Amino acid sequence: MTFFRKAWYIARKDILSELRTREMVSTMGAFSVLVILLFAFAFDLRVAKAGTVAPGALWVVVAFAGMLGLNRSLTSEIDRGSFDALLLTPIDRSAIFLGKALGIIVFMFAIEAVILPLFVIFFNLPFLQPTIIFIVALGTIGYGGIGTLLATMSSNTRLREVLLPVLLLPIAIPALLAAVKCTAGALDGREFAEWANWFGLLVAFDLVMLGASFLVYDFIVED
Amino acid sequence: MIIANSLTKQFGPFMALRGLDLEVRPGEFVTIVGPNGAGKTTLLRILATLSRPTHGQVSIAGHALPKGADHARRQIGLLSHQPLLYGDLTAEENLRFFGKMYDVPHLEARIIELLDKVDLIDRRQDRARTFSRGMQQRLAIARALLHDPAVVLLDEPFTGLDPHASDRLEELLHLLRDGQRTVVMTIHDLERGWAMCDRALVLARGKIVYEANTKVVDVTTFRSDFKRVTA
Repeated sequence: MTFFRKAWYIARKDILSELRTREMVSTMGAFSVLVILLFAFAFDLRVAKAGTVAPGALWVVVAFAGMLGLNRSLTSEIDRGSFDALLLTPIDRSAIFLGKALGIIVFMFAIEAVILPLFVIFFNLPFLQPTIIFIVALGTIGYGGIGTLLATMSSNTRLREVLLPVLLLPIAIPALLAAVKCTAGALDGREFAEWANWFGLLVAFDLVMLGASFLVYDFIVED
Repeated sequence: MIIANSLTKQFGPFMALRGLDLEVRPGEFVTIVGPNGAGKTTLLRILATLSRPTHGQVSIAGHALPKGADHARRQIGLLSHQPLLYGDLTAEENLRFFGKMYDVPHLEARIIELLDKVDLIDRRQDRARTFSRGMQQRLAIARALLHDPAVVLLDEPFTGLDPHASDRLEELLHLLRDGQRTVVMTIHDLERGWAMCDRALVLARGKIVYEANTKVVDVTTFRSDFKRVTA
């Protein structure tokens, strides 16, 4: 069985478990809806043009909902000891990383499928367009990838709930910033050339962080 | 089958293992007893390739760790006091998932065979989280034996089981004594551990401080010696 098929089996196992319990997705979803409602009412009163704040609000929701999912995905598996069972198997640690990252990215995509229409409804802006969906997907892949690595690291510590945001947010800033700028550019209908540098940064972040996570995961999971 | 030389494991200022030496022959069943904090779980985690020693060498089934860890993992089955299962997957799905990770040939037949052996064939489509503690441990045995490992590591497998479930588990673990598998078990219950093994070791303060062959020494002597060496 190939490396990628094993990674897929790990992701599929996480997705199947989640489909049965809906613990993680319901938490992420409830959090996202509440934050969108808060933003919608706050900005409606104070900001003249919702389009100036909506991209930032979108990525705040994605980042924090993703963090909830990341914490839950890794800690529950480590607490139950099933992560040890996974480490006992003779598969490449990078395949475990890929499988876990794939699982969390799928959950984030599921939440984003709810978030984006809500942004359209509450902010009356055209978030449901292919360019923005592509940018959201790129940002999610990078964030989910590095988040999986850092959640694995922090899950083995006593301060895990606190440690993950402290580690993840500073590292993810370039990706979040680039994603916000790209989303704003696409939302305003500006030429790609105007925000191409930010798009390049987002792609570079995904490649570098996923590549680095892939390489160092072996060292992270051994004590 | 298992060789460990001068094993040291340090967690910050705490030394969990202090130059431990261990040799377990193929087909042998070895029980390791010792007080809490003696280093039993740390030793088993190192043998299971889940942890790296600070110093020292380990070889499992001829594969030196950590270089040969992937090959060694194919030969190792671990049963812990935690079942190491996915509670939201059924018994069958748990075994299927791990079987695919180990590339077990004829997986479906193997799953049925093992579920039958651990008396869970009728509950194969129930989620693991609905099982009693004893049933979870039986399913965990099936998981640990799925890939037919030559080395089985048992880390306090009776913890949290009622007497009936413990007896049932002991019956299943006796099946491991087929002369083909090498078994290392850590346990707190001296009598039970003694009854199951060929050789008993006492681990204290991070070292093997005593060993006895069950064919040579009786359990009463072992119990008094255990008190003496761990005092």
